[in-house]
Amino acid sequence: MIAPNFRPLEAETSSFVIELSQFTGPLDLLLSLIRDEQLDIYDIPIARIAEQFLARISTLGLDEAADYLEMAARLLRIKAQMLLPRADGEESWEDPRAELVRRLLEYQQMREVVDLLERRGEERRHQFPRRFIPIAADITPLNAPLSLSLGELLAAVDRVLRTTKEPKIHEVVPRALDVAGAMVTVRAVLAMRRHAQWTDLVGRDAEPWQILSVLLALLEMAKMGELRIAQSRAFASVEIRRDAISEAA
Amino acid sequence: MTPLAKLLEAALFAAPRPIPLTALEALDQESSPAAVAAALDELREHYDVDGHGVELVEQGGGWQILTRAEFAEAIERAQVAVRPHKLSAAALETLAIVAYRQPIGRAEIEEIRGVAVGSVLKSLHERNLIDIVGRSEGIGRPLLYGTTPQFLEQFALRHLEELPRADELAIALRGAGNTAVVPE
Repeated sequence: MIAPNFRPLEAETSSFVIELSQFTGPLDLLLSLIRDEQLDIYDIPIARIAEQFLARISTLGLDEAADYLEMAARLLRIKAQMLLPRADGEESWEDPRAELVRRLLEYQQMREVVDLLERRGEERRHQFPRRFIPIAADITPLNAPLSLSLGELLAAVDRVLRTTKEPKIHEVVPRALDVAGAMVTVRAVLAMRRHAQWTDLVGRDAEPWQILSVLLALLEMAKMGELRIAQSRAFASVEIRRDAISEAA
Repeated sequence: MTPLAKLLEAALFAAPRPIPLTALEALDQESSPAAVAAALDELREHYDVDGHGVELVEQGGGWQILTRAEFAEAIERAQVAVRPHKLSAAALETLAIVAYRQPIGRAEIEEIRGVAVGSVLKSLHERNLIDIVGRSEGIGRPLLYGTTPQFLEQFALRHLEELPRADELAIALRGAGNTAVVPE
């Protein structure tokens, strides 16, 4: 297929991928050949162009070359038609290249538009609009509601209960301290005698909340200056007496 | 600035896309279209004369505030914004054909480009640069494609009419069938 006058392509075509990315299609390749050879688009030496075209596509892989092969076939048919003898003065002779030329011109015109779009697009790519990030419309909806029968639900509850241990229940009874009540008791005791012992205020069988109430009542009354708490030595019994100052006041 | 110019500025600032003139005119019932046009001029001058980092441009079927091109590199370097990807040559060719011949079917595009364009059409459609605008009456009722407002915006076009008419291009085609070939 390759003509003897075929000019070998330079190193640039060593790789098929590079070659393919160079042209966007058979018309692009054809135009570039015409341009390289400085040919008149209206009077294409079809035999020469066809040979060069074939040489170029021979470097392409078969799959990707389908469009190119179709064009090659077209060129060869035109070449054959050009070789057919025609009668002198035949009016109705139509140049077999006419359709190809029309397509090439149309393609060239489209390329002109491409240049224009490329220019405009490049300019625009240098300008940024304000970026609009829409707020997510809604929280992603929850999964679809469960659908199960009462029996399934009870069975599930049963399974859960069987795996859990019997719970231990602690009953905590709240019992508030009665500081005010304890203060009344302390005052009553001190009204009868000038001083008292801790054991005079707290009975033997007192509950913890009663002991705490008396202790807090004593501290509170000492703070208010109603009584004084004294201890002669460490671990000696605590002596409680009415405060002389508050008594005087 | 006049209150109307400020109102336009606020709307243009808030908008993610170019705002069509009709929408700008609807912002203030009291203002006439002429007043809106004057306010737009005022706003544009404000950005141009006072020296701002942004400018007011008319494109993509409306008006939009854009950063000035001179800052593109710095903005990109700081990763504040990213330039949209360039289209491949094949995609641009297809887009150019759709822009000029819309509504147009796939077969017609392939006839002009000389290659199959299925995947290119798909990617242009995904990028919202073309859309399906109808179906041809031809066999199999093939889909017809047209360009979108996004196309205008991405190529800084006010409207489709801004593209040069086919007969204004350097290579003007003569009527179909009447080829320019001179018989030998």
